[in-house]
Amino acid sequence: MDFYLVSIIKLLIVFAIFMQTLAYLQWIERKVLAHIQTRTGPLRVGPHGLLQPLADVIKLLTKEDLLPPYVNRFFYLLAPFLAVCLSLISIAVIPFGPEVDIFGVKTYLQITDLHVGILFILAISAIGVYGVALAGWSSNNKYSLLGGLRSSAQIISYELPLTLAIVAPLLLLNQLSLRAISDGQAGYYLGFIPRWAIFQMPFPQIFGFLIFLIAAFAETNRVPFDLPEAENELVAGFHTEYSSMKFAGFFMAEYANMVTITCVGTLLFLGGWHPLFPAPYSNWVPTAVFVFAAAIAFFHGSQPARKIDRYSFPLVGIISLIIAGIFAIPVVQPVLVPIFWFVAKVGVLLFVFIWIRGTLPRFRYDQLMKFAWTFLFPCALVNLLITALLVAIF
Amino acid sequence: MDTILFIIFAIVSLICGFNVVLQKHPISSALSLVGVMGSLAVLYLLLGAEFLAMTQVIVYGGAVMVLFVFTIMLLNAGAEKSSTKSWFAQIAGLPLLLAFIVLMGFLIKGVMPALPGVRFGSFVGGTAHEIGRLLFTEYLLPFEVISILILIAILGAVVLARKEID
Repeated sequence: MDFYLVSIIKLLIVFAIFMQTLAYLQWIERKVLAHIQTRTGPLRVGPHGLLQPLADVIKLLTKEDLLPPYVNRFFYLLAPFLAVCLSLISIAVIPFGPEVDIFGVKTYLQITDLHVGILFILAISAIGVYGVALAGWSSNNKYSLLGGLRSSAQIISYELPLTLAIVAPLLLLNQLSLRAISDGQAGYYLGFIPRWAIFQMPFPQIFGFLIFLIAAFAETNRVPFDLPEAENELVAGFHTEYSSMKFAGFFMAEYANMVTITCVGTLLFLGGWHPLFPAPYSNWVPTAVFVFAAAIAFFHGSQPARKIDRYSFPLVGIISLIIAGIFAIPVVQPVLVPIFWFVAKVGVLLFVFIWIRGTLPRFRYDQLMKFAWTFLFPCALVNLLITALLVAIF
Repeated sequence: MDTILFIIFAIVSLICGFNVVLQKHPISSALSLVGVMGSLAVLYLLLGAEFLAMTQVIVYGGAVMVLFVFTIMLLNAGAEKSSTKSWFAQIAGLPLLLAFIVLMGFLIKGVMPALPGVRFGSFVGGTAHEIGRLLFTEYLLPFEVISILILIAILGAVVLARKEID
Protein backbone atom coordinates (compact mmCIF):
# COMPACT_ATOMS: atom_id res chain seq x y z
CA MET A 1 0.00 0.00 0.00
CA ASP A 2 2.91 2.24 0.81
CA PHE A 3 4.14 1.97 -2.76
CA TYR A 4 0.77 3.07 -4.16
CA LEU A 5 0.47 5.96 -1.72
CA VAL A 6 3.96 7.23 -2.52
CA SER A 7 3.30 6.82 -6.25
CA ILE A 8 0.06 8.78 -6.07
CA ILE A 9 1.71 11.58 -4.10
CA LYS A 10 4.56 11.73 -6.60
CA LEU A 11 2.11 11.73 -9.51
CA LEU A 12 0.15 14.63 -8.02
CA ILE A 13 3.27 16.68 -7.31
CA VAL A 14 4.79 16.08 -10.75
CA PHE A 15 1.49 16.79 -12.50
CA ALA A 16 0.88 20.02 -10.57
CA ILE A 17 4.41 21.31 -11.17
CA PHE A 18 4.35 20.25 -14.82
CA MET A 19 1.10 22.14 -15.43
CA GLN A 20 2.45 25.23 -13.68
CA THR A 21 5.61 25.00 -15.78
CA LEU A 22 3.59 24.81 -18.99
CA ALA A 23 1.54 27.85 -18.02
CA TYR A 24 4.52 29.95 -16.98
CA LEU A 25 6.79 28.74 -19.79
CA GLN A 26 4.47 30.57 -22.13
CA TRP A 27 4.71 33.71 -19.98
CA ILE A 28 8.52 33.41 -19.93
CA GLU A 29 8.59 32.90 -23.69
CA ARG A 30 6.52 36.04 -24.29
CA LYS A 31 8.67 38.03 -21.88
CA VAL A 32 11.99 36.86 -23.34
CA LEU A 33 10.82 37.38 -26.92
CA ALA A 34 9.58 40.83 -26.00
CA HIS A 35 12.87 41.82 -24.42
CA ILE A 36 14.81 40.45 -27.42
CA GLN A 37 12.70 42.77 -29.58
CA THR A 38 12.96 45.66 -27.05
CA ARG A 39 9.32 45.48 -26.04
CA THR A 40 8.00 44.86 -22.53
CA GLY A 41 5.71 41.88 -23.10
CA PRO A 42 2.69 41.12 -20.88
CA LEU A 43 2.53 43.80 -18.19
CA ARG A 44 -1.11 44.53 -17.32
CA VAL A 45 -2.41 41.47 -15.46
CA GLY A 46 -0.64 41.26 -12.12
CA PRO A 47 2.87 42.53 -11.41
CA HIS A 48 4.92 42.25 -14.63
CA GLY A 49 2.06 40.28 -16.18
CA LEU A 50 2.58 37.37 -13.80
CA LEU A 51 -1.12 36.51 -13.81
CA GLN A 52 -1.26 36.54 -17.61
CA PRO A 53 -1.34 32.69 -17.91
CA LEU A 54 -4.40 32.61 -15.63
CA ALA A 55 -6.10 35.30 -17.70
CA ASP A 56 -5.28 33.34 -20.86
CA VAL A 57 -6.83 30.19 -19.45
CA ILE A 58 -10.02 32.07 -18.54
CA LYS A 59 -10.08 33.62 -22.00
CA LEU A 60 -9.67 30.27 -23.74
CA LEU A 61 -12.26 28.57 -21.52
CA THR A 62 -14.92 31.19 -22.14
CA LYS A 63 -14.40 31.50 -25.89
CA GLU A 64 -16.99 30.04 -28.19
CA ASP A 65 -16.20 26.42 -28.97
CA LEU A 66 -16.82 26.17 -32.70
CA LEU A 67 -17.45 22.87 -34.42
CA PRO A 68 -17.35 23.54 -38.17
CA PRO A 69 -20.01 21.56 -40.08
CA TYR A 70 -17.64 20.20 -42.73
CA VAL A 71 -15.16 18.43 -40.44
CA ASN A 72 -14.84 14.73 -39.79
CA ARG A 73 -16.31 15.01 -36.32
CA PHE A 74 -14.79 11.96 -34.61
CA PHE A 75 -11.20 12.58 -35.69
CA TYR A 76 -11.57 16.34 -35.31
CA LEU A 77 -12.36 15.85 -31.63
CA LEU A 78 -9.89 13.01 -31.16
CA ALA A 79 -6.87 14.92 -32.49
CA PRO A 80 -6.37 17.52 -29.70
CA PHE A 81 -7.13 14.86 -27.11
CA LEU A 82 -4.42 12.62 -28.57
CA ALA A 83 -1.95 15.49 -28.80
CA VAL A 84 -2.40 16.47 -25.14
CA CYS A 85 -2.41 12.95 -23.70
CA LEU A 86 0.66 11.80 -25.61
CA SER A 87 2.61 14.92 -24.77
CA LEU A 88 1.89 14.58 -21.04
CA ILE A 89 2.71 10.86 -20.73
CA SER A 90 6.46 11.02 -21.31
CA ILE A 91 7.17 12.97 -18.11
CA ALA A 92 6.34 9.78 -16.17
CA VAL A 93 9.70 8.14 -16.90
CA ILE A 94 11.88 11.22 -16.44
CA PRO A 95 14.00 11.20 -13.27
CA PHE A 96 14.53 14.56 -11.58
CA GLY A 97 17.02 13.44 -8.96
CA PRO A 98 18.62 10.50 -7.14
CA GLU A 99 17.14 8.33 -4.41
CA VAL A 100 16.18 10.52 -1.47
CA ASP A 101 15.03 10.02 2.08
CA ILE A 102 12.00 12.19 2.95
CA PHE A 103 10.70 11.69 6.51
CA GLY A 104 12.09 8.16 6.55
CA VAL A 105 10.50 7.20 3.21
CA LYS A 106 13.16 6.23 0.69
CA THR A 107 12.04 7.01 -2.83
CA TYR A 108 13.37 8.01 -6.22
CA LEU A 109 12.58 11.47 -7.57
CA GLN A 110 10.85 9.90 -10.54
CA ILE A 111 7.36 8.53 -11.10
CA THR A 112 8.53 5.23 -12.53
CA ASP A 113 11.71 3.79 -13.99
CA LEU A 114 11.48 1.57 -17.07
CA HIS A 115 14.35 -0.59 -18.24
CA VAL A 116 13.62 0.79 -21.69
CA GLY A 117 12.83 4.35 -20.60
CA ILE A 118 14.47 6.08 -23.53
CA LEU A 119 12.73 3.76 -26.00
CA PHE A 120 9.43 4.57 -24.29
CA ILE A 121 10.00 8.26 -24.86
CA LEU A 122 10.92 7.65 -28.51
CA ALA A 123 7.80 5.51 -28.94
CA ILE A 124 5.53 8.15 -27.45
CA SER A 125 7.05 10.89 -29.57
CA ALA A 126 6.67 8.69 -32.66
CA ILE A 127 2.97 8.22 -31.92
CA GLY A 128 2.59 11.93 -31.15
CA VAL A 129 2.58 12.84 -34.83
CA TYR A 130 -0.94 11.39 -35.18
CA GLY A 131 -2.41 14.28 -33.21
CA VAL A 132 -1.10 16.85 -35.67
CA ALA A 133 -1.66 14.75 -38.81
CA LEU A 134 -5.24 13.91 -37.87
CA ALA A 135 -6.02 17.50 -36.91
CA GLY A 136 -4.84 18.62 -40.33
CA TRP A 137 -6.76 15.97 -42.22
CA SER A 138 -10.04 15.98 -40.30
CA SER A 139 -10.41 19.77 -40.48
CA ASN A 140 -11.23 19.37 -44.18
CA ASN A 141 -9.38 22.56 -44.99
CA LYS A 142 -6.52 22.73 -47.49
CA TYR A 143 -4.28 24.84 -45.27
CA SER A 144 -4.80 22.49 -42.35
CA LEU A 145 -4.15 19.47 -44.55
CA LEU A 146 -0.92 20.98 -45.87
CA GLY A 147 0.14 21.77 -42.31
CA GLY A 148 -0.59 18.22 -41.20
CA LEU A 149 1.26 16.72 -44.15
CA ARG A 150 4.26 18.96 -43.63
CA SER A 151 4.34 18.09 -39.97
CA SER A 152 4.24 14.33 -40.56
CA ALA A 153 6.95 14.50 -43.22
CA GLN A 154 9.10 16.75 -41.04
CA ILE A 155 8.76 14.64 -37.92
CA ILE A 156 9.52 11.41 -39.78
CA SER A 157 12.57 12.98 -41.42
CA TYR A 158 14.00 14.53 -38.27
CA GLU A 159 13.32 11.49 -36.14
CA LEU A 160 16.22 9.75 -37.92
CA PRO A 161 18.99 12.18 -36.93
CA LEU A 162 17.38 12.58 -33.50
CA THR A 163 17.42 8.86 -32.83
CA LEU A 164 20.93 8.43 -34.22
CA ALA A 165 22.14 11.30 -32.04
CA ILE A 166 20.52 9.64 -29.01
CA VAL A 167 22.12 6.26 -29.78
CA ALA A 168 25.67 7.63 -29.51
CA PRO A 169 25.54 8.49 -25.76
CA LEU A 170 23.68 5.24 -25.17
CA LEU A 171 26.73 3.45 -26.61
CA LEU A 172 28.96 5.33 -24.16
CA LEU A 173 26.75 4.69 -21.15
CA ASN A 174 25.57 1.19 -22.05
CA GLN A 175 22.08 1.59 -20.55
CA LEU A 176 18.51 2.28 -21.66
CA SER A 177 16.95 3.21 -18.33
CA LEU A 178 16.99 6.97 -17.88
CA ARG A 179 18.02 6.73 -14.23
CA ALA A 180 20.94 4.44 -15.07
CA ILE A 181 21.91 6.74 -17.96
CA SER A 182 22.09 9.69 -15.61
CA ASP A 183 24.01 7.72 -12.98
CA GLY A 184 26.51 6.71 -15.64
CA GLN A 185 27.49 10.36 -15.93
CA ALA A 186 28.39 10.90 -12.26
CA GLY A 187 31.93 11.68 -11.21
CA TYR A 188 34.72 13.89 -12.55
CA TYR A 189 37.87 13.59 -14.62
CA LEU A 190 40.93 15.03 -12.83
CA GLY A 191 38.58 16.11 -10.08
CA PHE A 192 36.93 18.96 -11.98
CA ILE A 193 35.79 17.96 -15.51
CA PRO A 194 32.32 16.40 -15.15
CA ARG A 195 31.77 13.04 -16.82
CA TRP A 196 28.68 14.25 -18.66
CA ALA A 197 28.15 12.62 -22.05
CA ILE A 198 29.22 15.81 -23.83
CA PHE A 199 32.60 15.56 -22.05
CA GLN A 200 32.84 11.81 -21.56
CA MET A 201 35.77 9.86 -22.98
CA PRO A 202 36.52 8.18 -25.37
CA PHE A 203 34.42 10.41 -27.64
CA PRO A 204 32.79 13.52 -26.17
CA GLN A 205 29.31 13.89 -27.61
CA ILE A 206 29.44 17.60 -28.44
CA PHE A 207 28.49 17.06 -32.08
CA GLY A 208 25.87 14.55 -31.03
CA PHE A 209 24.39 17.13 -28.69
CA LEU A 210 24.24 19.79 -31.42
CA ILE A 211 22.55 17.35 -33.83
CA PHE A 212 20.12 16.37 -31.08
CA LEU A 213 19.31 20.01 -30.36
CA ILE A 214 18.68 20.86 -34.04
CA ALA A 215 16.52 17.78 -34.53
CA ALA A 216 14.68 18.58 -31.30
CA PHE A 217 13.71 21.99 -32.69
CA ALA A 218 12.22 20.25 -35.71
CA GLU A 219 10.50 17.55 -33.68
CA THR A 220 8.72 20.11 -31.53
CA ASN A 221 7.77 22.27 -34.55
CA ARG A 222 9.68 25.26 -33.22
CA VAL A 223 11.26 28.12 -35.14
CA PRO A 224 13.23 27.81 -37.45
CA PHE A 225 11.39 24.59 -38.32
CA ASP A 226 7.80 25.67 -37.61
CA LEU A 227 6.70 24.99 -41.19
CA PRO A 228 3.53 23.11 -40.09
CA GLU A 229 2.11 26.38 -38.76
CA ALA A 230 3.78 28.95 -41.00
CA GLU A 231 1.34 31.87 -40.69
CA ASN A 232 2.21 33.61 -43.93
CA GLU A 233 1.70 30.46 -45.99
CA LEU A 234 -0.85 28.33 -44.14
CA VAL A 235 -2.89 30.74 -41.92
CA ALA A 236 -2.15 28.66 -38.81
CA GLY A 237 -1.49 25.23 -40.28
CA PHE A 238 -3.01 22.20 -38.68
CA HIS A 239 -4.89 24.05 -35.96
CA THR A 240 -6.56 26.66 -38.20
CA GLU A 241 -10.05 25.25 -37.57
CA TYR A 242 -9.66 24.79 -33.83
CA SER A 243 -10.91 27.22 -31.23
CA SER A 244 -11.25 27.57 -27.47
CA MET A 245 -9.98 24.65 -25.37
CA LYS A 246 -9.23 22.46 -28.38
CA PHE A 247 -6.76 25.09 -29.58
CA ALA A 248 -5.42 25.35 -26.03
CA GLY A 249 -4.82 21.60 -26.14
CA PHE A 250 -2.47 21.91 -29.13
CA PHE A 251 -0.80 24.90 -27.52
CA MET A 252 -0.23 22.96 -24.31
CA ALA A 253 1.02 19.91 -26.21
CA GLU A 254 3.65 22.01 -27.97
CA TYR A 255 5.06 23.31 -24.70
CA ALA A 256 4.83 19.90 -23.02
CA ASN A 257 6.82 18.36 -25.88
CA MET A 258 9.38 21.12 -25.51
CA VAL A 259 9.80 20.42 -21.79
CA THR A 260 10.04 16.67 -22.36
CA ILE A 261 12.65 16.91 -25.08
CA THR A 262 14.80 19.33 -23.07
CA CYS A 263 14.57 16.92 -20.11
CA VAL A 264 15.74 14.09 -22.39
CA GLY A 265 18.60 16.22 -23.69
CA THR A 266 19.61 17.06 -20.13
CA LEU A 267 19.54 13.43 -19.04
CA LEU A 268 21.36 12.05 -22.06
CA PHE A 269 23.97 14.70 -22.73
CA LEU A 270 24.23 17.08 -19.76
CA GLY A 271 24.47 14.57 -16.95
CA GLY A 272 20.94 14.85 -15.53
CA TRP A 273 21.07 16.13 -11.96
CA HIS A 274 24.86 15.73 -11.59
CA PRO A 275 26.37 19.16 -10.93
CA LEU A 276 29.05 20.95 -12.88
CA PHE A 277 31.39 21.11 -9.86
CA PRO A 278 32.39 18.40 -7.38
CA ALA A 279 30.17 17.95 -4.36
CA PRO A 280 31.21 20.32 -1.54
CA TYR A 281 31.24 23.37 -3.86
CA SER A 282 28.22 22.45 -5.97
CA ASN A 283 25.96 22.30 -2.91
CA TRP A 284 26.48 26.03 -2.35
CA VAL A 285 25.87 27.13 -5.95
CA PRO A 286 22.07 27.51 -5.54
CA THR A 287 22.56 29.54 -2.37
CA ALA A 288 25.14 31.73 -4.11
CA VAL A 289 22.87 32.26 -7.12
CA PHE A 290 19.92 33.36 -5.00
CA VAL A 291 22.07 35.59 -2.76
CA PHE A 292 23.42 37.23 -5.92
CA ALA A 293 19.87 37.74 -7.19
CA ALA A 294 18.92 39.27 -3.83
CA ALA A 295 21.93 41.60 -3.97
CA ILE A 296 20.92 42.83 -7.45
CA ALA A 297 17.33 43.35 -6.28
CA PHE A 298 18.45 45.33 -3.22
CA PHE A 299 20.79 47.44 -5.36
CA HIS A 300 18.02 48.38 -7.76
CA GLY A 301 15.64 48.92 -4.86
CA SER A 302 18.02 51.49 -3.44
CA GLN A 303 17.98 53.46 -6.71
CA PRO A 304 14.31 53.25 -7.72
CA ALA A 305 13.35 54.36 -11.23
CA ARG A 306 9.67 54.34 -10.33
CA LYS A 307 8.05 54.93 -6.97
CA ILE A 308 6.83 51.36 -6.57
CA ASP A 309 10.32 49.95 -7.15
CA ARG A 310 11.33 51.09 -3.66
CA TYR A 311 9.05 48.36 -2.25
CA SER A 312 8.84 45.73 -4.98
CA PHE A 313 12.58 45.19 -5.48
CA PRO A 314 13.40 44.69 -1.77
CA LEU A 315 10.46 42.27 -1.58
CA VAL A 316 11.94 40.20 -4.42
CA GLY A 317 15.31 40.41 -2.66
CA ILE A 318 13.87 39.12 0.63
CA ILE A 319 12.15 36.24 -1.16
CA SER A 320 15.43 35.35 -2.89
CA LEU A 321 17.25 35.43 0.46
CA ILE A 322 14.64 33.08 1.97
CA ILE A 323 15.10 30.64 -0.94
CA ALA A 324 18.88 30.92 -0.54
CA GLY A 325 18.45 30.12 3.16
CA ILE A 326 16.34 27.04 2.36
CA PHE A 327 19.02 25.78 -0.01
CA ALA A 328 21.64 26.28 2.71
CA ILE A 329 19.91 23.98 5.25
CA PRO A 330 22.02 20.77 5.31
CA VAL A 331 18.98 18.48 5.83
CA VAL A 332 17.19 19.50 2.63
CA GLN A 333 20.30 19.79 0.48
CA PRO A 334 20.35 16.13 -0.69
CA VAL A 335 16.80 16.60 -2.03
CA LEU A 336 16.83 20.14 -3.37
CA VAL A 337 20.34 20.51 -4.82
CA PRO A 338 19.97 17.73 -7.47
CA ILE A 339 16.58 19.14 -8.42
CA PHE A 340 18.14 22.60 -8.68
CA TRP A 341 20.84 21.37 -11.07
CA PHE A 342 18.33 19.43 -13.18
CA VAL A 343 15.95 22.38 -13.41
CA ALA A 344 18.82 24.74 -14.15
CA LYS A 345 19.99 22.66 -17.11
CA VAL A 346 16.47 22.20 -18.46
CA GLY A 347 15.89 25.93 -17.99
CA VAL A 348 19.01 26.82 -19.97
CA LEU A 349 17.94 24.56 -22.84
CA LEU A 350 14.42 26.02 -22.80
CA PHE A 351 15.92 29.50 -22.88
CA VAL A 352 17.93 28.46 -25.95
CA PHE A 353 14.68 27.33 -27.59
CA ILE A 354 13.11 30.72 -26.95
CA TRP A 355 16.26 32.61 -27.86
CA ILE A 356 16.43 30.84 -31.25
CA ARG A 357 12.79 31.70 -31.83
CA GLY A 358 13.55 35.34 -31.25
CA THR A 359 16.58 35.28 -33.53
CA LEU A 360 16.23 33.06 -36.59
CA PRO A 361 13.86 33.27 -39.58
CA ARG A 362 11.98 30.25 -40.87
CA PHE A 363 13.38 27.71 -43.34
CA ARG A 364 11.81 27.18 -46.74
CA TYR A 365 10.24 23.76 -47.06
CA ASP A 366 12.72 22.28 -49.56
CA GLN A 367 15.62 23.68 -47.50
CA LEU A 368 14.18 21.96 -44.45
CA MET A 369 14.09 18.55 -46.13
CA LYS A 370 17.45 19.00 -47.83
CA PHE A 371 19.04 20.00 -44.55
CA ALA A 372 17.68 16.92 -42.79
CA TRP A 373 18.60 14.33 -45.40
CA THR A 374 21.82 15.64 -46.91
CA PHE A 375 23.46 17.26 -43.89
CA LEU A 376 22.03 16.29 -40.51
CA PHE A 377 21.46 12.60 -41.23
CA PRO A 378 25.00 11.90 -42.58
CA CYS A 379 26.49 13.92 -39.70
CA ALA A 380 24.58 11.87 -37.14
CA LEU A 381 25.64 8.69 -38.89
CA VAL A 382 29.33 9.66 -38.90
CA ASN A 383 29.09 10.70 -35.25
CA LEU A 384 27.56 7.33 -34.38
CA LEU A 385 30.20 5.40 -36.35
CA ILE A 386 33.11 7.22 -34.72
CA THR A 387 31.58 6.73 -31.27
CA ALA A 388 31.03 3.03 -31.90
CA LEU A 389 34.57 2.59 -33.19
CA LEU A 390 36.15 4.38 -30.22
CA VAL A 391 33.94 2.58 -27.70
CA ALA A 392 34.90 -0.73 -29.30
CA ILE A 393 38.63 0.09 -29.23
CA PHE A 394 38.87 1.47 -25.67
CA MET B 1 -3.95 -7.59 -12.43
CA ASP B 2 -2.11 -9.20 -15.35
CA THR B 3 -5.19 -11.19 -16.32
CA ILE B 4 -7.44 -8.13 -16.19
CA LEU B 5 -5.03 -6.15 -18.36
CA PHE B 6 -4.73 -9.08 -20.76
CA ILE B 7 -8.50 -9.34 -21.14
CA ILE B 8 -8.89 -5.60 -21.67
CA PHE B 9 -6.18 -5.32 -24.30
CA ALA B 10 -7.07 -8.59 -26.01
CA ILE B 11 -10.62 -7.27 -26.43
CA VAL B 12 -9.30 -3.90 -27.64
CA SER B 13 -7.05 -5.54 -30.20
CA LEU B 14 -9.87 -7.78 -31.44
CA ILE B 15 -12.26 -4.85 -31.78
CA CYS B 16 -9.63 -2.80 -33.59
CA GLY B 17 -8.83 -5.75 -35.83
CA PHE B 18 -12.48 -6.10 -36.87
CA ASN B 19 -12.66 -2.36 -37.28
CA VAL B 20 -9.81 -2.43 -39.82
CA VAL B 21 -11.99 -4.55 -42.10
CA LEU B 22 -15.38 -3.04 -41.31
CA GLN B 23 -14.57 0.68 -41.57
CA LYS B 24 -15.39 2.27 -44.92
CA HIS B 25 -12.87 5.08 -44.73
CA PRO B 26 -9.17 4.24 -45.28
CA ILE B 27 -8.03 6.61 -42.49
CA SER B 28 -10.33 4.90 -39.98
CA SER B 29 -8.98 1.51 -41.05
CA ALA B 30 -5.38 2.68 -40.77
CA LEU B 31 -5.97 4.10 -37.29
CA SER B 32 -7.68 0.92 -36.17
CA LEU B 33 -4.55 -0.89 -37.30
CA VAL B 34 -2.54 1.47 -35.08
CA GLY B 35 -4.85 0.43 -32.25
CA VAL B 36 -4.09 -3.24 -32.98
CA MET B 37 -0.35 -2.56 -32.96
CA GLY B 38 -0.60 -0.63 -29.69
CA SER B 39 -2.60 -3.28 -27.86
CA LEU B 40 -0.29 -6.01 -29.18
CA ALA B 41 2.60 -4.01 -27.72
CA VAL B 42 0.84 -4.03 -24.34
CA LEU B 43 0.41 -7.81 -24.62
CA TYR B 44 4.13 -8.21 -25.33
CA LEU B 45 4.84 -6.03 -22.31
CA LEU B 46 2.63 -8.25 -20.13
CA LEU B 47 4.65 -11.27 -21.23
CA GLY B 48 7.89 -9.55 -20.24
CA ALA B 49 9.20 -8.70 -23.71
CA GLU B 50 9.70 -5.00 -23.01
CA PHE B 51 12.17 -4.31 -25.80
CA LEU B 52 9.91 -5.95 -28.37
CA ALA B 53 6.93 -3.96 -27.08
CA MET B 54 8.69 -0.63 -27.48
CA THR B 55 10.08 -1.56 -30.89
CA GLN B 56 6.60 -2.57 -31.98
CA VAL B 57 5.27 0.87 -31.11
CA ILE B 58 8.24 2.75 -32.61
CA VAL B 59 8.46 0.80 -35.87
CA TYR B 60 4.85 -0.16 -36.61
CA GLY B 61 2.90 2.47 -34.73
CA GLY B 62 5.30 5.33 -35.28
CA ALA B 63 6.96 4.77 -38.65
CA VAL B 64 5.03 2.35 -40.85
CA MET B 65 1.52 3.48 -39.95
CA VAL B 66 2.43 7.17 -40.06
CA LEU B 67 3.57 6.60 -43.64
CA PHE B 68 0.28 4.80 -44.38
CA VAL B 69 -1.75 7.68 -42.97
CA PHE B 70 0.50 10.17 -44.76
CA THR B 71 -0.08 8.46 -48.11
CA ILE B 72 -3.83 8.25 -47.60
CA MET B 73 -3.93 11.94 -46.69
CA LEU B 74 -1.75 12.87 -49.66
CA LEU B 75 -3.91 10.95 -52.13
CA ASN B 76 -6.99 12.33 -50.38
CA ALA B 77 -8.72 8.96 -50.61
CA GLY B 78 -12.42 9.18 -49.84
CA ALA B 79 -14.76 6.67 -48.22
CA GLU B 80 -15.15 3.43 -50.12
CA LYS B 81 -18.52 2.60 -51.60
CA SER B 82 -19.71 -0.87 -50.73
CA SER B 83 -19.91 -2.80 -53.97
CA THR B 84 -22.87 -5.03 -54.74
CA LYS B 85 -21.92 -8.37 -53.35
CA SER B 86 -21.34 -11.24 -55.74
CA TRP B 87 -23.90 -14.07 -55.58
CA PHE B 88 -21.17 -16.44 -54.44
CA ALA B 89 -20.27 -14.33 -51.42
CA GLN B 90 -23.92 -13.84 -50.56
CA ILE B 91 -24.71 -17.54 -50.60
CA ALA B 92 -21.52 -19.21 -49.46
CA GLY B 93 -19.93 -16.46 -47.31
CA LEU B 94 -21.35 -17.31 -43.92
CA PRO B 95 -21.08 -21.11 -44.21
CA LEU B 96 -17.49 -20.85 -45.43
CA LEU B 97 -16.59 -18.51 -42.55
CA LEU B 98 -18.09 -20.94 -40.05
CA ALA B 99 -16.26 -23.83 -41.66
CA PHE B 100 -12.99 -21.89 -41.47
CA ILE B 101 -13.47 -21.05 -37.80
CA VAL B 102 -14.30 -24.69 -36.97
CA LEU B 103 -11.28 -25.90 -38.93
CA MET B 104 -8.97 -23.44 -37.18
CA GLY B 105 -10.40 -24.41 -33.81
CA PHE B 106 -9.85 -28.07 -34.59
CA LEU B 107 -6.25 -27.44 -35.70
CA ILE B 108 -5.41 -25.31 -32.67
CA LYS B 109 -6.96 -27.89 -30.38
CA GLY B 110 -4.83 -30.54 -32.03
CA VAL B 111 -1.62 -28.55 -31.47
CA MET B 112 -2.42 -27.07 -28.07
CA PRO B 113 -1.79 -30.02 -25.73
CA ALA B 114 1.84 -30.04 -26.88
CA LEU B 115 2.29 -26.38 -25.85
CA PRO B 116 2.74 -25.38 -22.22
CA GLY B 117 0.45 -22.63 -20.93
CA VAL B 118 1.69 -19.05 -21.05
CA ARG B 119 2.39 -17.33 -17.75
CA PHE B 120 2.64 -13.58 -17.46
CA GLY B 121 6.14 -12.32 -16.82
CA SER B 122 7.67 -15.80 -16.88
CA PHE B 123 9.59 -15.03 -20.07
CA VAL B 124 13.10 -13.82 -19.31
CA GLY B 125 15.43 -12.59 -22.00
CA GLY B 126 13.22 -9.78 -23.24
CA THR B 127 15.62 -7.05 -22.18
CA ALA B 128 17.59 -5.05 -24.71
CA HIS B 129 20.91 -6.46 -23.45
CA GLU B 130 19.97 -10.06 -24.05
CA ILE B 131 18.33 -9.45 -27.41
CA GLY B 132 21.40 -7.52 -28.52
CA ARG B 133 23.72 -10.30 -27.43
CA LEU B 134 21.64 -12.92 -29.27
CA LEU B 135 21.47 -10.78 -32.42
CA PHE B 136 25.24 -10.44 -32.56
CA THR B 137 26.13 -14.03 -31.67
CA GLU B 138 23.58 -16.71 -32.45
CA TYR B 139 21.51 -14.87 -35.06
CA LEU B 140 24.29 -12.84 -36.67
CA LEU B 141 23.89 -14.31 -40.15
CA PRO B 142 20.08 -13.86 -40.41
CA PHE B 143 20.48 -10.36 -38.98
CA GLU B 144 23.04 -9.38 -41.63
CA VAL B 145 21.03 -11.02 -44.40
CA ILE B 146 17.97 -9.03 -43.40
CA SER B 147 19.95 -5.79 -43.36
CA ILE B 148 21.21 -6.49 -46.90
CA LEU B 149 17.65 -7.32 -47.96
CA ILE B 150 16.44 -3.98 -46.60
CA LEU B 151 19.32 -2.20 -48.33
CA ILE B 152 18.28 -3.80 -51.64
CA ALA B 153 14.70 -2.68 -51.06
CA ILE B 154 15.88 0.91 -50.41
CA LEU B 155 18.00 0.87 -53.58
CA GLY B 156 15.03 -0.49 -55.55
CA ALA B 157 12.79 2.29 -54.24
CA VAL B 158 15.39 4.91 -55.17
CA VAL B 159 15.75 3.48 -58.69
CA LEU B 160 11.98 3.41 -59.21
CA ALA B 161 11.55 6.98 -57.93
CA ARG B 162 14.42 8.17 -60.13
CA LYS B 163 12.90 6.70 -63.27
CA GLU B 164 9.74 8.71 -62.69
CA ILE B 165 11.66 11.99 -62.31
CA ASP B 166 13.67 11.40 -65.50
